[in-house]
Amino acid sequence: MRETMRPLVTAGRPLHPLPLRIMHWVNAVVMLVMITSGWGIYDDDVIIRGFHFGSFWRLGDWAAWSLNWHFAGMWFLAINGVAYLVYGVASGRFRTKLLPIRPAEVVRTVVDTLHFRIAHEDLTVYNAVQKLLYVIVILAGIAQVVTGLAIWKPVQFSGLVALMGGFQTARVLHFAGMAIIVGFLVVHVTLALLVPKTLLAMLSGGPRVGAQVSDKEELVR
Amino acid sequence: MRSPFRPYTLPDASVLAAHKSLIRSLERRGLIRGGLSLGALVMLTGCDVERPESVESALLAISRFNDRVQAWLFDPNRLAPTYPESMILRPPKFNAYYDVTEVKPVDGTSWRLDVAGLVAEKRAWTLPDLQALPQRSMVIQHICVEGWSYIGGWTGVPLRTFLERCGADLRAKYVSFKTADDYPSSIDMATALHPQTLLALKYGDETLADPFGYPVRLRMATKLGYKNPKWITAIEVTNTYPGGFWESKGFPWFAGL
Repeated sequence: MRETMRPLVTAGRPLHPLPLRIMHWVNAVVMLVMITSGWGIYDDDVIIRGFHFGSFWRLGDWAAWSLNWHFAGMWFLAINGVAYLVYGVASGRFRTKLLPIRPAEVVRTVVDTLHFRIAHEDLTVYNAVQKLLYVIVILAGIAQVVTGLAIWKPVQFSGLVALMGGFQTARVLHFAGMAIIVGFLVVHVTLALLVPKTLLAMLSGGPRVGAQVSDKEELVR
Repeated sequence: MRSPFRPYTLPDASVLAAHKSLIRSLERRGLIRGGLSLGALVMLTGCDVERPESVESALLAISRFNDRVQAWLFDPNRLAPTYPESMILRPPKFNAYYDVTEVKPVDGTSWRLDVAGLVAEKRAWTLPDLQALPQRSMVIQHICVEGWSYIGGWTGVPLRTFLERCGADLRAKYVSFKTADDYPSSIDMATALHPQTLLALKYGDETLADPFGYPVRLRMATKLGYKNPKWITAIEVTNTYPGGFWESKGFPWFAGL
């Protein structure tokens, strides 16, 4: 048998590790449940006069079931969301993928995009606008839980409601948070469909990252 | 080749003759009609796609779990924020499962409040009886499950005081209410004993107006609006889950704020 020497190669992890993909798709479903059931609740007493969502867009055939969907979905949203935040911090994913965000880079990316010089060949690196949008939507998700708690339990969490300037303001903030998340979703889903390999990467894990060729050599028999 | 479906022994010719009319009636049209009916039936069940029974029962199971979580979150010593009297909305907002024009006023002189269940003294109370009990006032926010809210000022007998006078078993689970407008309701004992839970007799400084529950209604600072029955005619202390009007239609029971 021949013996040769070759460089030691450590296989990297998938761009989107399995736990992250599971949390992403759980969140996708739960977010849709929360948004559309929230529209059902909203329609019972609208914030913007004359603005209704209509039965096609609502989850729950009337307010009672929209409420039940919302109050069931909230557990999945919160548990999955906390798991995602813990994972993002503990794995260093937030730090390496979302930070830092430099304002100059954001401006340059926006200008490039407006000139159709949008680079999406490398899935492993987010541009400054992507980073900014992901940070905004994560913060909006956290804010939704906080404003949601305030309008769910305005007496038990009366301090929270006072901080927001009252029940009706908390309610408007909860609505505004939804609008931010829906705005993000429109951009996010449109871009994922325009560059389908990003969508496939969130299903399969995508390219392997962090593969290293070591200085050491291993013995191959 | 012989068809595998052809019987080896043919039936007696008389049998065929006897069923000739039936066989003739097996028309293709009938089959199509039947198929369409089946399709229509499937379409009908399609109305239920959004809320099939399994989804409904799962949602209700989570809602009951949420009731327990809410009971656990409820702090019997935490007071809801109160407001200055100048903020009281006059008149208050009307809300019921019917329009304000359909309100049937209750005659305060013949009105009686029946008390039943786990109480030492089962008797009927008159309005002067209730007016003679210690009164308490509160200016609190009314929050409707729909999302709207207003500040209201209520005066009446703390439900705790009333239950104590009745010799109620304060360890019982539920206090349930019957009303003149057929709007059954029930609450947990912890909320019944909360200092901001009143059998309200007055709004602001004036006797309750007819649309808002004269002579007696429940007002709690720690529950959503639909948990506050108006025109109360009977109170029962019980350990059997009594449910309520909206609860039987799917709304959450605890509905705590």
